[in-house]
Amino acid sequence: MLLSVLSGFILAASLPLIGKYLKEKWAILFSLLPLSLFIYFLSFQPDISDDKNLLFSYNWVPSIGVDFNFHLDGLSLLFTLLITGIGSLVFIYTAAYLKGHPYLDRFYGYLAMFMSSMLGLVLSDNIITLFIFWELTSISSFFLIGFNNDSEASRKSSLLALGVTGFGGLFLLAGMVVLGYVGGSYSILELMNATDLIQSHPLFVSILVLVFIGAFTKSAQFPFHFWLPGAMKAPTPVSTYLHSATMVKAGIYLLARFTPVLGAHEYWNSTLIIVGCITMVYAGIHAIFRLDLKGILAYSTISALGILVFLIGLGTDDALLAAAVFILVHALYKATLFLVTGIIDHETGTRDVSKLSGLNKVMLPVGIAAGLAALSNAGIPPSFGFVGKDLIYEATLHIGDWAYLLTGAAVITNICLLFAGFLAGFKPFLGKLPVTYENVHLPSPLLYVPPLILASLGILFGILPLLVDDSLIKPVVAAMLNTSSDFFHLQLWHGWSTVLLLSSITIGGGVGLYFILNPSEGLLTKATRFEPISPLSITGKITGLFHGISQGYTSVIQNGYLRYYVITILVFLSFLLGYKIFQGIDLYLNVATLSEITIYEVIVLGIMAVSIVYTVFTKSRLVAVASMGVIGYCICLVFLFYSAPDLAMTQFSIDTLTVILFVLVLYNLPKYLKLSDTGSRVRDGLLALIFGGLISLLTLEVLNEPLEREISAYYAETAYKLAKGKNVVNVILVDFRGSDTMVEIIVLAIAAIGVFSLLKLRLKSIEKE
Amino acid sequence: MKTIIFKTASSYLLPLLLLFAIFILLRGHYLPGGGFVGGLIAAIAFVLHSFANGIERTRGIIKFHPGFLMPIGLSIALCSGLAPLLVGSPFMTGLWYHNPIPVIGMIGTALIFDIGVFLVVIGVVLTIIFTISETI
Repeated sequence: MLLSVLSGFILAASLPLIGKYLKEKWAILFSLLPLSLFIYFLSFQPDISDDKNLLFSYNWVPSIGVDFNFHLDGLSLLFTLLITGIGSLVFIYTAAYLKGHPYLDRFYGYLAMFMSSMLGLVLSDNIITLFIFWELTSISSFFLIGFNNDSEASRKSSLLALGVTGFGGLFLLAGMVVLGYVGGSYSILELMNATDLIQSHPLFVSILVLVFIGAFTKSAQFPFHFWLPGAMKAPTPVSTYLHSATMVKAGIYLLARFTPVLGAHEYWNSTLIIVGCITMVYAGIHAIFRLDLKGILAYSTISALGILVFLIGLGTDDALLAAAVFILVHALYKATLFLVTGIIDHETGTRDVSKLSGLNKVMLPVGIAAGLAALSNAGIPPSFGFVGKDLIYEATLHIGDWAYLLTGAAVITNICLLFAGFLAGFKPFLGKLPVTYENVHLPSPLLYVPPLILASLGILFGILPLLVDDSLIKPVVAAMLNTSSDFFHLQLWHGWSTVLLLSSITIGGGVGLYFILNPSEGLLTKATRFEPISPLSITGKITGLFHGISQGYTSVIQNGYLRYYVITILVFLSFLLGYKIFQGIDLYLNVATLSEITIYEVIVLGIMAVSIVYTVFTKSRLVAVASMGVIGYCICLVFLFYSAPDLAMTQFSIDTLTVILFVLVLYNLPKYLKLSDTGSRVRDGLLALIFGGLISLLTLEVLNEPLEREISAYYAETAYKLAKGKNVVNVILVDFRGSDTMVEIIVLAIAAIGVFSLLKLRLKSIEKE
Repeated sequence: MKTIIFKTASSYLLPLLLLFAIFILLRGHYLPGGGFVGGLIAAIAFVLHSFANGIERTRGIIKFHPGFLMPIGLSIALCSGLAPLLVGSPFMTGLWYHNPIPVIGMIGTALIFDIGVFLVVIGVVLTIIFTISETI
C-alpha cells in the first residue's frame, strides 16, 4: 500500500534517468502506472462492500504521533478510483495531446507526483500526513498549472493558485493541530469516537473556521473561488485532472471525511449551506456569460463544488447520498467535457464558443462523447446525472424550514449548469460548420477514446444504477455517516412526484435558456462590468498593497550601503538596550566587588585612549588602520590580565590578520579623502558614544547579576574525566560542543567561497569587457 | 616592503612559524592553544612570506590553491566525528588511544578534529587574503 501511494513520486524521481527514452514514442507507457493502481484499488472493492475496515500502518515518526496509516473505506475507495481511473485516461490522452513537447517527460513526472499526493491525501488516516499530502497536491499543481512557463499569464495564475491554496493549507495545518490537541489523537478513526468531546470543547469553533478555510480555498468556494478560472491557463489534461475530478474535490473530500467528526453541528451545517449556496448560484450565473469553453467549464465546476458543499452542509442521509452520487456524476461528465474542449482547442485552435459550430461533421465520435456528457450534466434521463439531480432535490425538499428557498437555489443552479453543459457539449458540434474549420480532421483515437469511455459510463450507470449502488455509493455514505446503513437504492425512475416536476422545470428552463440566450461579446462585457468588486480584483489590490509596502520597506532598510546597515542595527539596539536599562533595572555599581586597578591596566587604557583619538582624527587611512590594530592588541592584553590566554592568542592573530586585510584593501586607494561631511561625522560619533555607553552600562549591570558557577564548574570538573583534556576552552570547542565547531568551520568555508566567487567572478566579467 | 633583511628573514621565519603553529595545535588539549589559533598562526606565516616575496612565490611554495585545504579539513573533521559510529558510540564521541606517543602526546578523535579545524582555518584565511590581494 505504501508503495502504491508513493509510486508516483518514485516514477517522478526516476524520470531524469528514463524520461528521455520514453518521451519520444513510448509516452503512452506512463499510463501503465495509474492503470495498474486502478486495478489494484479496484481489487479492494469486495472488501469494502462487506464493510471491512482496511488499515495499513507504517511507522514514520511515532514519537510525535505522525505515521503513514492508510485507511481504505468507501469514501477513500471512491476517490482512489476516480484519481487512478480518470488519471489513466488523462495519462493516455496526454500522450497524444502533448505529443512531441520537449518537456513531456517532466509533465508526466508532475502528473505522477500529483496523483500520488492525491492518493496519499484520500487514504491518510493520520491528519498530519493528510496535511502533508494536501500541501503536496498544491505544490505539484503549481508546477502543472504553470507548465507553460514561458507565458506570463500562466506563471501568474499558477502563483495565484499556489498562493490561495497554500494560504488555506496553513489554516488547515492549524486546524489539524488544534483538532489533534482537542481530540487527543491524530487519527481520524480515533477522533470519530471523540465527537462529543470535540464538539463541546470551547475550541470547536476555531477548529471549524480553520478547517473551513482550508477546504474552501482548495475547493474554490466563494470568496476564494477566483483562482480556479485562472488555473485554466494550464494544458487541458491538467484542467481535466485537477479541476474536475481530483484536486478541487480535495476540499470536498476533507469536509466529507470530517463529517462524522465535526458534522451534525449547527455551525457546521449553516456555514456550509450558506457558503455552498452562494457559490453554486454565483458561479452558475457567471458560467452563463463566459465565451471561453474552459471558462464556462471552470465556473460550472465551481458551481458544482458549491452544490457538493451545500449537500454536505445539509448533512441529512438523503443529502449525503446525493453528494456521494454527485461526486461521481460530476467527475464523469466534467472530465469528459474538459477532454473534449482540449480536443477542440487542439484541432481548431480556438475555444471561443461563439465561433464554434457544426464540428459533428468532422469529428463525430468527439461530438458523441460531448453530447452524452451534456445529457448527464443536464440530468436528462436516462443519464446518471438524472439520478444525481433527483437525489439533490430529494435532499433539499425534506430539509424543513428552508426547503423552498434552498430548492429554489438548487433549481436555479441546475438550470445554469445545464445551460453551461449544453454550451460546452452541444453548441460546438451542432449547426453549420464554418468554412474555416472544414479541413479540421478527426484526431488520434488516443484523444477521443478517453472522453468517450467516461461519457458512456455516465449513461451506463444511469441505466443500470445497480452497478455502482451497493458496490461504490453505499460504502461512501456509510463512511460519511460512520454507520453501515441500508436504507436506499439508487433508481432511475422514482415515479410521479414533486422531484420529477422539479427536474422537468430544470430541464425545460435550461433548454429554453439555451435557445434564447446566445453567447456573445456583449453579454461578456456586461458581466465584466462588475469586475472591480469581485473577490479576484480585491485580492489583487491587497496583494499589490502588500507588495508596495514591502518594497518601500525593503528599499529603506536594505539600501545597499554598509554604513547605513550598521547605523540601523546600532540605533535599533540602542533603543532596545536603553529602554531595558532605564525602564526595568536599578542602576547601581558596587565598587567593593570590583578588583583593584593595577598599573598595567592604567597604562593599557591610556594607550587605548590615545589610539582611539588617533583613529578618529587622523588624516591618513593607514594610520587609522594601524591604530585600530593597536586598540585590538590592547584588548588582547586586557584578556591576558584576566587570565584568558586562549582568547588573547586568538584575538592577537585575528587582529593581525584584520590589519593585513585592511592594508591590502586600502593600499591602492588614495591616501586620504574626506568623504563624509561634518554633520554625518558628528552623527556617527554621537551614535557610537551612545551605543558604547549603553554597552558599558550593560556590562556593569551584568556584574551585579548573581553569577551561575554551575556550568563552568561542571566543565572544569569533567573536562579531564570525560574528554581527557586539561584546557577546558579547547575541550569545549573540540569535544563538548564539537558539533557547533563543525558547523562553524563549515560557515567559515562558505564565507571564503563567497569572497572568492564574488571577487573572481567580477574579475572575469571585467576581463571579458 | 621588499627589503633584503625582511626577505631573508621571512624564508627562515616561514618554517619556524609553521612549526610553532603545529606546536600550538598539538598542545591545545592541555595548555592554551588549539586548532583555530594554530591555523591562524600558520596562515599569518604564509601571509608574511607573501608580503616579503610576493604572492606568486608563496603560491609556488604551497603548490596548490589554499582553497583545497577547506574540503580536506572539513572531511577530516567530519570523519573524526563519524569514526565513533563504527564502534557503536554516538556521533562525535571522543575516542582515545591509551598510550601517549612521544612528542605528539595523546592521540584521539578530538585531536584529529582539531587538525581538521586547523586546515580549514588556513584554507579560509589564505583564500580570502590571496583573492583580495590578487583582485585589487
